[in-house]
Amino acid sequence: MSEIPQDLRYTKTHEWIMKNDEGTLTVGVTDHAQSLLGDLVFIEAPEEGTTFQEGDDSAVVESVKAASDVYAPVDGEVTASNEVLGDTPEIINNDPYGDGWIYKIKPEDAGAFDALMDAEAYAEFVNSGDE
Amino acid sequence: MLVFEQARTGRINAAQSVKKDNVTNIIPEQFKRKTRPLLPEISEMQAVRHYTRLSQKNFSIDTHFYPLGSCTMKYNPRACNQLSMLPGLLNRHPATPDSNSQGFLACMYDLQEILKDVTGMHEVSLAPMAGAQGEFAGVAMIRAYHDAQNGGKGDPARTEILVPDAAHGTNPATATMCNFKVKEIPTNSDGDVDIDALKAAVGPQTAGIMLTNPSTLGVFERKIKEIAGIVHDAGGLLYYDGANLNAILGKVKPGDMGFDVIHMNLHKTFSTPHGGGGPGAGPVGVSKRLEPYLPVPMVVENEGEYHVVTEKSRSQSIGRLSAYMGNAGILLRAYIYARMLGSEGMQRVAEYATLNANYMLAVMQKSGFEIAYPERRATHEFIVTLKKQAKDLGVNTMDFAKRLLDYGFHAPTTYFPLLVPECLLIEPTETETKQELDDFMRAMIAIQKEAETEPEIVKTAPHSLPVRRLDDVKAAKELDLVWQSE
Amino acid sequence: MPFIPHTEEEVKSMLEVIGVDSIEDLFDEIPAALRSEGLTKVPEGLTEMEIGRIMRARADQDTYRLCFAGGGAYEHHVPAAVWEITTRGEFYSAYTPYQAEASQGTLQLLYEYQTMMASLTAMDVSNASLYDGASALAEAVLMAVRANRKSKSKRILMPRTVNPAYRKVAHNIVHNQGIVLEELDYDVNSGVIDINSLPDELGDFTALVIPQPNYFGSLEEVDALTDWAHQHKALVIAVVNPMSLAMLKPPGEWGGVDSDVVGADITCGEGQPLGIPLSSGGPYFGFMCCRQAYVRQMPGRIIGRTVDLDGKQGFSLTLQAREQHIRRSKATSNICTNQGLLVTAATIYMAIVGPYGLENTAAQSHSNTQLLMSELEQLNGVQRIFNSANFHEAVFKFDLPLDDVIRSLAAQGIVAGIRLEDDYPELGNCLMVCATETKSEDDIKSFVQTLKTTLTRLQAAACPVQPKMA
Repeated sequence: MSEIPQDLRYTKTHEWIMKNDEGTLTVGVTDHAQSLLGDLVFIEAPEEGTTFQEGDDSAVVESVKAASDVYAPVDGEVTASNEVLGDTPEIINNDPYGDGWIYKIKPEDAGAFDALMDAEAYAEFVNSGDE
Repeated sequence: MLVFEQARTGRINAAQSVKKDNVTNIIPEQFKRKTRPLLPEISEMQAVRHYTRLSQKNFSIDTHFYPLGSCTMKYNPRACNQLSMLPGLLNRHPATPDSNSQGFLACMYDLQEILKDVTGMHEVSLAPMAGAQGEFAGVAMIRAYHDAQNGGKGDPARTEILVPDAAHGTNPATATMCNFKVKEIPTNSDGDVDIDALKAAVGPQTAGIMLTNPSTLGVFERKIKEIAGIVHDAGGLLYYDGANLNAILGKVKPGDMGFDVIHMNLHKTFSTPHGGGGPGAGPVGVSKRLEPYLPVPMVVENEGEYHVVTEKSRSQSIGRLSAYMGNAGILLRAYIYARMLGSEGMQRVAEYATLNANYMLAVMQKSGFEIAYPERRATHEFIVTLKKQAKDLGVNTMDFAKRLLDYGFHAPTTYFPLLVPECLLIEPTETETKQELDDFMRAMIAIQKEAETEPEIVKTAPHSLPVRRLDDVKAAKELDLVWQSE
Repeated sequence: MPFIPHTEEEVKSMLEVIGVDSIEDLFDEIPAALRSEGLTKVPEGLTEMEIGRIMRARADQDTYRLCFAGGGAYEHHVPAAVWEITTRGEFYSAYTPYQAEASQGTLQLLYEYQTMMASLTAMDVSNASLYDGASALAEAVLMAVRANRKSKSKRILMPRTVNPAYRKVAHNIVHNQGIVLEELDYDVNSGVIDINSLPDELGDFTALVIPQPNYFGSLEEVDALTDWAHQHKALVIAVVNPMSLAMLKPPGEWGGVDSDVVGADITCGEGQPLGIPLSSGGPYFGFMCCRQAYVRQMPGRIIGRTVDLDGKQGFSLTLQAREQHIRRSKATSNICTNQGLLVTAATIYMAIVGPYGLENTAAQSHSNTQLLMSELEQLNGVQRIFNSANFHEAVFKFDLPLDDVIRSLAAQGIVAGIRLEDDYPELGNCLMVCATETKSEDDIKSFVQTLKTTLTRLQAAACPVQPKMA
C-alpha cells in the first residue's frame, strides 16, 4: 500500500499538491504513481514563468518503459522548478513527497486548492482501481 | 571489443583506397576539414572478421524460430535478394529516363496490379518507405479528402481520428503528425471493438477510424461491416492498418470490408527482410474517392510502355514522401516473392499461418497455459497471458521471454497489446515446420516447470547469451551513445 | 507448396489437435459475405528458375554504359565485402533489437555507426538512422520546432538550394502541423545563398536549413550563415553529403566567428554515398545527428552502451520513452523502424575504407568533376553557370533543347545528368552533372566526345541545309 499523506491534496491523475505559506502550491507525483512507473530516468520540469491552465501537460516523468505527463492541477504560473531532478530523477522514487517535488505554481484562484481531492478521497480512488 | 579499439594509426586498406591520380583539389581553405574523422583504421580482414563475429551474436529468422507477434517473421527467400540485386537493377540511377528503365518500371507496375487485386482496392501507390509512413500517407489522404469537401472549402469540423485501444502505437502517433486529435475506442471482453462506445464516439467531428483487422488481439473483427457503416454514416473514412494482412491474404480483401485506405507492410506479408529493423516498405491502396490523393511517384502503363507519374500530373496528390521511388529494392523483393507464390500460393499463406497459430494455441491451452481469448478462433497469431505465473510464482512474461532465448528461441512479442496483462503475442507464420512449433512448446512447458521448481533460473535468464540482462536504467540515465577514445 | 513445409500427414494431425475437420474451418469467424472470390490479376506461381529468367531479362533491359547523374544519389565503388557481410542471414533476417541479449550484434554495430556519424559530422550524438535524406530533413524540421522553445513562429527558412525533392517531402510531412517552410532564394551568379541579401528584419523564425554542398554542388558560406541564424536565435539544420565531409568542414564546426555558438544544432542527410547501391533510389538511409542538449527531441532509434548483471559491456535501445510504442500520440515521431540493413552496410563500408579511403574517394570525385567541367567548357553551345567553388557536381546550360540531348545520349547508353528545369523554371536547358571516383579519365572523355558528336548532329538537324529540289 502506497503512502498518502493527510495534509496534501490530490488529483485523479496522481499529482499531489501542497499549500505553501507564500500562497504558492507545490506539485509532485504520488507514491502510487512513482511505484507504477518504476525507476525514473528523466524528468522534464517546466520553466519558471510558464503559465498553465488546469489539465495542461506541465511536466513529464519518464522511466525506461513508460512516460507519463504531469497535469497542472490548477490555473496558474510556475514560480520555481526543482532543478535537482535533472541529474537525479530517482529522488522522486526515493522521496516523492519531499525532495522529489517537481514545481511550484502560483494559482490564479487562491481557493483552487480547496477544491482538490483530499487524502481520504484519493485513497478511495486508488483503491477502487478506477484510475 | 569495439571496432575502434582494434585500429592502429596508419593502417590503410590499399585495395579499398582509391588511387589519387593527378588529383586537383581547388576547394578554398575556409571550406576544408581540418582533422580526420574517427573512422577505424583496420584491415579489410579485420573488418570482415569483426562484423561476421558481431552477426553471430544475433538471433535471426535464418538461425532461430522467431515468433514475434504482429511482425510476421517468415522465411525471406534468398532468390528475392539475389534477383533484386542483378546489376541492371542494382545500378540503376533514379534519374535514369523512363526509356532506359522499362524493366524496372514493369516490375513496379506489375506489383501495383498484384497489390490492387490482393487488397481489393481501386488503386495502389508503392511510395511509402515503411508501415509507419504508409500510415502517414493514409491519414494524410483522409485529411486531404476532408479538406477538399464542400467545393474545396473543406470540412474543418472533422478533427478527430478514432483508434481502438488495442492499436499499434504508430496509429495515434501518425494521427498526431497529421494534426488530428486521437480518441480511443475501448475493446469489449471478447476482443471486438465496443460498438456502443463507437456509436457514442462518432459524429461530425470524426475524420476517420484506424483499424487493424485481424486486430492486434489475434482475432478477426467480426462486426467490421457494422463498424464501417457507423463510421461512414457519420461522414468518416476507414483506414486499414495492414500489419496483420498475412492472416487473410487472398481470403478476405480489405476493400470488401469497406475500407477506404489501407497500408501494407511488405516486410511482413511479402517477406522482404527485416534487416535488424528496416528497411520496410508500406504501399498504400485506396478506394475510388481517395484515388486523386495517392502519394507519388506511381507507375502507369500506356500501350506497352511504362511511365513514372509525379505531382506534375497529379495535382491533388499528398505528394512525395521520399526523394525517389520509396524503397525500390525492397519493392522488387516483394514482387519476386509475389510471383513465386502466385494466386494460389498467396491464399495458402493465410491458410497455413492460421493453421500453425491455431495448432499452437490448442497445444498451449492443453498444456495449461492461459489463452487471452479462449472462446475465439485464433488468426495467424494468438495471446497467452502469464498473469497467474507472475502472481503465484513471481515469474513474469519478461522472465519467460528471456529464458526462451536460452532454449534457442527468439521470444514472442511481450507486453503488447497493452490491454492484456503479462502477455505473449505469438505468431509462428506459415513457413515454420510442425517440429519447430513442437520444440518451442516443449520449451515453454519446461520453463513453466522451472518457474515452479527453481524460479531463480528463469528470473535471472538468459544465461547462455553473449550478455546477461542489461541495465536499461543506467543506459537511459548515464547516456553513452558515442564511443570516446581514452 | 512454395515456402510452406507441411506434409499432408502433419496437416491432418494438427487439425485433429485443434478439433476441426479442415483448414477452411479455421476461417469460420469471418462473415461469409466477406470471403474473397479469388485473385484474378495475380498470375500463377513460378519456380525460382522461372522468375529468375524474367528478372534477368528485365534487368538486362535497363543496363547502361555510363552515368553522370547525381542530384542526391551517387555512384561510388562499394567494396565486395560490404554486401557479402550485410546480407548474412544474421543481419538480413533479424528484426528490431527488442530482445537486447539476442541482438548484441546489431546493437553494437549501431553503436559503432552512431560513433562514426557523430565523428564525421563533428556533432555530439547520432540516432540509428531514418528512412532517407528527404524524410530525415522533414524529421529535422519537426525536431527543430520541438527543440527551439524560444521560437513560437513555426517558420523554417528553407533555401532553394536545398534538394527540391527534400523540400517537397519536408513540406508534405510537416505542413499539417502548421509549420511553414519559407523559401530563400539564391544568387544567380554564384548559385549559393548571398549572405548580404538576407533581410535584417525577418521576425521570429525557428530554424535555418543550410545545405552543404548545396543541390547544385556549390559550397555555401556555412560559417556566416550559421552565425547569422544563431544571432537571430534560430537553430541551424545542416543537410550534408556524408562523403563530402571527408574533405569539407563538418557541421559541428560551422560558424562561431560572429557568434558565441559554434556548430549546427541538427545535422541530417542522405547516407547513400556510404556503401549503398543506387538501386533506383532506395532503400537508402537518412542520418541525423544533434547536440547533446537536444537528444531527447531526436526521433528514431537510439542505442546506448551499458552493462549487464555481471558488469560486462552491452548495448540496448535507449530513450525509448520518446517513441511511438510507449508515448503513442505524444511521441517525437511515428517512425518505428530505422533502415537497419543499410546502416549495417554503411558501417562496414566506413570500417573498410577508413578515414583515408573516404578522403581519397571524396578527393577523386571532386577532381574528376573538375576534369569533366574543364572538358565540357570547351564544347560549343555549352556553358557552365554558377561561379562558386563546388564539390563534385556542376551545372551547364545548353544552347540546344536539352531533352533532345538527354534522349539521344540515353539511346547511346549514357545517363547524362539531371535536368533542372522542372524544379527551377529559371534554369531552362540546364543539366547538372557529376563524376565520382568511379569514372576514369577515359570514361569522362568518352562522355564528352559522345556529347560533342551528338550536339553536332542535333545542330545540323536544327538548321538543316535545304535540300535542292529535284
